[in-house]
Amino acid sequence: MLNNKKKKVDLVSMLVIVAILFAVNILAEMFVPRTSLFFSVVKKSCVYALVAVSMNLLNGFTGLFSLGQAGFMLIGAYAYAILTIPAEMRDSVYQYFDGGLINEPIFWPLALIVAGLVAGVFAFLIGLPVLRLKSDYLAIATLGFAEIIRAFVQWDKFGPLTNGSNLLRGYPTFDSLASEWFGSPKFSSTIALAITAVCILLIVLFINSTYGRALKAIRDDEIAAEAMGINLARHKQISFIISSFFAGVGGALLAMHQSTIQATAFESAMTYEILLIVVVGGIGSISGSCISSFLYIAASEWWLRGLDSGSFLGIQSTLFRGGFRKVVFSVIIMIIVLFFRQGIMGDKELSFTRIAEKIKRKSKKEPSKKEAEKEVAAK
Amino acid sequence: MSSEKKNVLRLSDITMQFGGVVAVNDLSLEINEGEIVSIIGPNGAGKTTAFNVITGVYEPTNGEVDFLGKPIARNHPHGKMKKLYAGGNREKYISKPKHGKKVVSLKPDAIAKKGIARTFQNIRLFKSMTVFENVLIAKHMRRKSNLFTATFKLNAKEEKKMREECYELLKILGLDDVMDERATSLPYGKQRHLEIARALATNPKLLLLDEPAAGMNPQETDELTAFIKKIRDDFKLTVFVIEHHMNLVMDISDRIYVIDFGKLIAKGTPAEVQKNQRVIDAYLGVTDDE
Repeated sequence: MLNNKKKKVDLVSMLVIVAILFAVNILAEMFVPRTSLFFSVVKKSCVYALVAVSMNLLNGFTGLFSLGQAGFMLIGAYAYAILTIPAEMRDSVYQYFDGGLINEPIFWPLALIVAGLVAGVFAFLIGLPVLRLKSDYLAIATLGFAEIIRAFVQWDKFGPLTNGSNLLRGYPTFDSLASEWFGSPKFSSTIALAITAVCILLIVLFINSTYGRALKAIRDDEIAAEAMGINLARHKQISFIISSFFAGVGGALLAMHQSTIQATAFESAMTYEILLIVVVGGIGSISGSCISSFLYIAASEWWLRGLDSGSFLGIQSTLFRGGFRKVVFSVIIMIIVLFFRQGIMGDKELSFTRIAEKIKRKSKKEPSKKEAEKEVAAK
Repeated sequence: MSSEKKNVLRLSDITMQFGGVVAVNDLSLEINEGEIVSIIGPNGAGKTTAFNVITGVYEPTNGEVDFLGKPIARNHPHGKMKKLYAGGNREKYISKPKHGKKVVSLKPDAIAKKGIARTFQNIRLFKSMTVFENVLIAKHMRRKSNLFTATFKLNAKEEKKMREECYELLKILGLDDVMDERATSLPYGKQRHLEIARALATNPKLLLLDEPAAGMNPQETDELTAFIKKIRDDFKLTVFVIEHHMNLVMDISDRIYVIDFGKLIAKGTPAEVQKNQRVIDAYLGVTDDE
């Protein structure tokens, strides 16, 4: 009764899909050679999927066009790294800053949460002035914030904390955790998948709650939403903080994937990449963001690699040299944006009930069509 | 007006001035419990502006709005308005903290929570949602759950109650057969009904209808007339209507206020207003030299 599950993210479908992904991933870990780029792609696309979903929460579900994602990722990545670099590594990492300020590392899952919380606190503070802005102005302000954060982190005066413009390393990564648990870097991508799945599940639960509905109402019509008693400032703030929290966790996961991090990597181009993933996947679709982040990372780092190195799909050409990959990639993106305006999923979600319904409808429609033809013929 | 009736809404000397334009000028009116009151006037007379002042979209430049005896908006010309102010009764609402006359300015969502619901002149439904979800949104503000309990589905009981209430409401209003359809796919008349349903779902005491019959044909207008009377009785509402369809206004209104260029020019029962010379002039136009 009272089912309006059509628009909702179908939880059962989601869990089944996650289970399938896990199974595929574990099989791959067991049978595909470690040298394959597949694992690196899975890990990176997990990170990007989480950040893309968090951006989608803001841009797709709340209608706030924010471009601060790279900034919050940076905060998360640094918070994670700073808190988890083991004591014995500190002297060599912070060689220019006398071993840094913090000496006791904390347990890594705790550091992941703290990374999100720190990003959330920043989001709260920035949100106070910035969330009064709308559309383009909000985008510009958040973009500016991300750039400022990047500059600040590299400032020498913060060196004892952030190691200035030098890179951070030595903290627990997916590979080091896998080696610790399973004796080899095998299954490191499964760890990434597990953490990402939990985070995205939390976001989905939030979107399906009454708060999620309120955010969608704000996206559809702010004035009407306010007249329905929804406190705009508060709900926008909630959405902004939650989105930034998961962007922060995403940043920390990126740090775990890369094994070293440096502030210069978190430039605005990273935000645009994520924005692209969200748009290609479909604004307002969680599963779309996940699918498109895998396709995006796989295409740009794996499948199209041959275009840079001389042979692609068995074709040899002098055209295939350094940089050609980017050309082809841009063309593909343009084609998608031109011909699939709604993105891969539109604002719908991948769900088995939907697919089943479609099949049912098709099989129902066909006979009725024939009947209609018969009627016409009889007349 | 019979004095035993409880006052629901009172506007006192409301002036709404945008720079040099005085959209509403010293408007005072009263609405009592259970009444259907209309406000009419030519285009641009300031009717919707008055609605926006009541619902907190605008902060009035001067004057006070009371809902159930408590101020929901009170202001006096200050800041830039001190110099620009063109309305009357300037001194009356100046803040005297000792006497409790402070500036009161509630946001639309706070006013909605107090029990004033409204519809919009140009339909504002939540486009991406179904009919049912549109109504369900109205229940959000009465939630007792917080972020945590809502996310982890610990509020299942409340959620179920919300849904059942909405379903009942849609059933009463005859929208239950289309409840899983997209709100924007409904025919125009139904969309108007849905907007009213959504407003009713907030459990209001006062319902503001901004041109509910706009764009409707005579038959639909007649249906709407019956509909408004029905919901007034069923939900024990007080209704305040802006409308241009004179048939509807004369049919449903207990009392009518007429405004022109932001000023109140007449008030009274439908019969009284119809005979009023100033109203006739305002609607038909009158040249200065006559």
